[in-house]
Amino acid sequence: MTDVMHNFELYQPASLADAQELLGDHDDAWIIAGGKDSLDWFKHRVKQPSVLVDIAAIPELHGIREEADGGLYIGAMTTLTEVAESDLVNARFPALAMAASKVASPQIRNAGTLGGNVAQDTRCTYYRDGFPCYRAGGNTCYANTPTAMNREHTLFEASRCVAVTPSDTGVALAALGATFHIQGRRRDREVSADEFFIGPDVDIERMTSLEHRDILLGIRVPGTWAGAHQYFEKVADRNAWDFALVNIAMAARMEGGAIAEVSMVCGAVQCTPRRLTDVESLIVGETPGEELETLVKRVASSGAKPLNYNHFKIPLMENLAARAVRSLV
Amino acid sequence: MDNYGPYDPSVDYSPGPATREVGPEGDKIKPWKPLHMSRRNFLRGVVCSGTVIASAGFLFSTTSAARADARAVERMITLTVNGKTHRLDVPPNETLATTIRYRLGLTGTKIGCNQAECGACTVMSGGTTIYSCSTLTHRVRDSEIVTVEGIASPDGTLHPVQQAFIDELGPQCGFCTPGQVVAAVALLNKTPKPTVEQARMAMSGNLCRCGAYDHYLRGVMKAAEKV
Ligand SMILES: Cc1cc2nc3c(=O)[nH]c(=O)nc-3n(C[C@H](O)[C@H](O)[C@H](O)COP(=O)(O)OP(=O)(O)OC[C@H]3O[C@@H](n4cnc5c(N)ncnc54)[C@H](O)[C@@H]3O)c2cc1C
Ligand code: FES
Ligand code: FES
Repeated sequence: MTDVMHNFELYQPASLADAQELLGDHDDAWIIAGGKDSLDWFKHRVKQPSVLVDIAAIPELHGIREEADGGLYIGAMTTLTEVAESDLVNARFPALAMAASKVASPQIRNAGTLGGNVAQDTRCTYYRDGFPCYRAGGNTCYANTPTAMNREHTLFEASRCVAVTPSDTGVALAALGATFHIQGRRRDREVSADEFFIGPDVDIERMTSLEHRDILLGIRVPGTWAGAHQYFEKVADRNAWDFALVNIAMAARMEGGAIAEVSMVCGAVQCTPRRLTDVESLIVGETPGEELETLVKRVASSGAKPLNYNHFKIPLMENLAARAVRSLV
Repeated sequence: MDNYGPYDPSVDYSPGPATREVGPEGDKIKPWKPLHMSRRNFLRGVVCSGTVIASAGFLFSTTSAARADARAVERMITLTVNGKTHRLDVPPNETLATTIRYRLGLTGTKIGCNQAECGACTVMSGGTTIYSCSTLTHRVRDSEIVTVEGIASPDGTLHPVQQAFIDELGPQCGFCTPGQVVAAVALLNKTPKPTVEQARMAMSGNLCRCGAYDHYLRGVMKAAEKV
């Protein structure tokens, strides 16, 4: 059930400096981009920050620009529709365009931003409903009990919490080797997907390394995979709105019929996008085909520790990896 | 049936409402009559009469009018809806759907889920569709909002999309229809001759509990021949 949102003070700074100042003045200030994740929290009264900083009016955060290395720099406030429809993104990084176009629904993509999509919180239903679980500062996990409904939860790297990464674009960005450009209180930094997305073993209360007073300025997709063969596929209960049960992104280069280089990342199976290193090392130098697919299926999900209701994610993950390899034929 | 005991084969479990015993005063019970006021008029009334608003604590929260910090947004805003500009006093935590329905009385826009999961509240902002239930009014105060009331021409002639939805029997209960109309019109404004696949994608953010998806889709394609 939703309710009217709590009372808050709203700020709409027009410059990064003003935004930083506001974040500095208020300890519980909440950044709001498209609001598609944020407003849900407020309407359910689970999170009630007293101050909202709307960053839409900051010009530096918008738009897509070309980089010297053939890559792209995408401002954090660029909407998912803009990413999905951009000619530049489609020409160089179709996996990212595809991932953006598979998020939620057209109306959500028209308002939701790329920055918000990678920074969004997890969708574990227990956590979202306000259960006092580990992630919410409590001392138990409600999703990992004998009777819990956990078909959407993790296969890998659970550490007290079994929530998964919800972002579709995060998976594509991780496969493309993107870096995340963050303005902190003192200095700017640029981190890889490995450092940006964090698991419960690093910090159980956050999904990303963003801290209070950090503003994600933009995402740099390097030229490494520009124009190379790319693949993205998402499986969800419904084609609109629903989060991925498993999704996969791949970028690869072929040389004389064999796979020369490959990057493959799976989402919704772990708290962070999961790089399929076993598959990557298995298929480099090999020729795609049925034989290779059989082997890929064998290693894709190795080490998975399913919960009560999510065993189905294992064959799903294996098949998605095999289908990605098949796209190279 | 009053008791829900185990199944008893000797009992006639006939369907339909349970029979209620009527006492000696039974025939004095007055049949229920609707008020001579449609819900729509009632809502218009609400917008104009302060008393009802004051009691509607659910809808309108009571932030103090004075801002604690001068850098925060002003509550008085101008909002352009269907070409008309309004001066409104809107608290920062109000959604566009609330403003449109309960301050402006434009009740064509529906609220289904209130959490970006159904599309009943779809409106256009600067030509693109958004969920008004999940948009802060303050975010869109500088853009042009179009609701379902702004789709037909001022003389009442229906937009080709509206006419096609009638012809193709789109609306069943009609609750999702305003959102479907807005989504379809926004599509045709941008892509006058969409493929079926494009139309399906554009309409995929609007749920229809009655399942009239194919009717709406045919309506969009039919309207595309006319615009
Ligand atoms: C019904 C529904 C279905 C959905 N389905 C999917 C789906 O299938 N796949 C998917 O990937 N997502 C899905 N989403 C999530 C949605 O796509 C994301 O919530 C949206 O992209 C978030 O973007 P936003 O701009 O609206 O974020 P906001 O809600 O504004 O922000 C989200 C979070 O990120 C932080 N944040 C945003 N921008 C910045 C920044 N620049 N710097 C620092 N912090 C920032 C905010 O503080 C907040 O905590 C769904 C959401 C809904 C409501
Ligand atoms: S009411 Fe806005 S999407 Fe359902
Ligand atoms: S017509 Fe009833 S919900 Fe669509």
